Amino acid sequence: MGLFSFFKKEKKKNTANLAKERLQILIAHEHSDASLSAPDYLPKLQKELISVIRKYVKVSDDAVNVKVEKGDNFDVLELNITLPESN
Amino acid sequence: MSKVIVVTSGKGGVGKTTSSAAFAAGLASKGYKTAVIDFDVGLRNLDLIMGVERRVVYDFVNVINGESTLKQALIKDKRVDNLYILPASQTRDKDALNKEGVESVINELKADGFDYIVCDSPAGIEKGAFMALYFADEAIVVTNPEVSSVRDSDRILGILQSRSKVAEEGGTVKEHLLITRYSPERVEGGDMLSKEDIQEILSIPLIGVIPESGTVLQASNSGNPVIMDKESKAGQAYMDVVSRFLGENIPLRFVEAEEKKGFFKKLFG
Repeated sequence: MGLFSFFKKEKKKNTANLAKERLQILIAHEHSDASLSAPDYLPKLQKELISVIRKYVKVSDDAVNVKVEKGDNFDVLELNITLPESN
Repeated sequence: MSKVIVVTSGKGGVGKTTSSAAFAAGLASKGYKTAVIDFDVGLRNLDLIMGVERRVVYDFVNVINGESTLKQALIKDKRVDNLYILPASQTRDKDALNKEGVESVINELKADGFDYIVCDSPAGIEKGAFMALYFADEAIVVTNPEVSSVRDSDRILGILQSRSKVAEEGGTVKEHLLITRYSPERVEGGDMLSKEDIQEILSIPLIGVIPESGTVLQASNSGNPVIMDKESKAGQAYMDVVSRFLGENIPLRFVEAEEKKGFFKKLFG
């Protein structure tokens, strides 16, 4: 038993490092303004916009970018659509 | 000056009640008049962990509603001087708690000369957990070396920093990280988050590390806070936490993996 476990030692999975990285990314995101002030409807809005645009133009999944800019008197919903390269 | 300390976590099952019982018993054993209050309305556990379940007559909600006096509801511990337990209601739910009621009970405890008021929070971020942390001066955030627990602890810290009474008045709740169920062997093996990892992610001062220990189950089975088990490593680690809380500088114990047995020791015991 002891002899074989000596050879098995190199199989360390080191999942703790993976956990740490995932947590750091997650918590940084959860603390950022993007996640705190974004209205709930943004992800759904983004999806629906992509399907409308696709009726006319072939666009990739990340072609539509939606974000909210907070101003003094009013907020602005900013929409960016990247059209495919023209041949 | 009376201090209100909340023992919270967000995540369930990480050791809040175990820690509240041990911490309160530890403070009382050092001579401080200490009350520990169970805020888990409807699912009371503190009384069971502390072994006083057969002495519960009136509870926290009875007091808030004026159905009993605080004196009638408080259970005086028979093992440790200066220690009093205020159990939760088993039949009501968290809506029975309100800010005015909770504040009035806490103020009465302060007027009664209690040095420390330990609030054992339920899991979650709903009313019970919120009421437990609202009046806190200090917070012990109990965290397991595990992803969900760390994430939930971060969330509860956010709530403490923004929605506690102290925060509303422009102050800061003093936060302490308490890591529980720690296994140095698994940390060294690379499969468990280390105390340094958790501190780095949560960025609050570490008040202690409680090693994973079979004595915790034994303690709750017998209804004695684990800090009363002098042989238990977890119990000793809790005593260290109490001492550090009171200002003593004590190095962390039980955070290094035990020396691996040599080949021959393994073979011949």
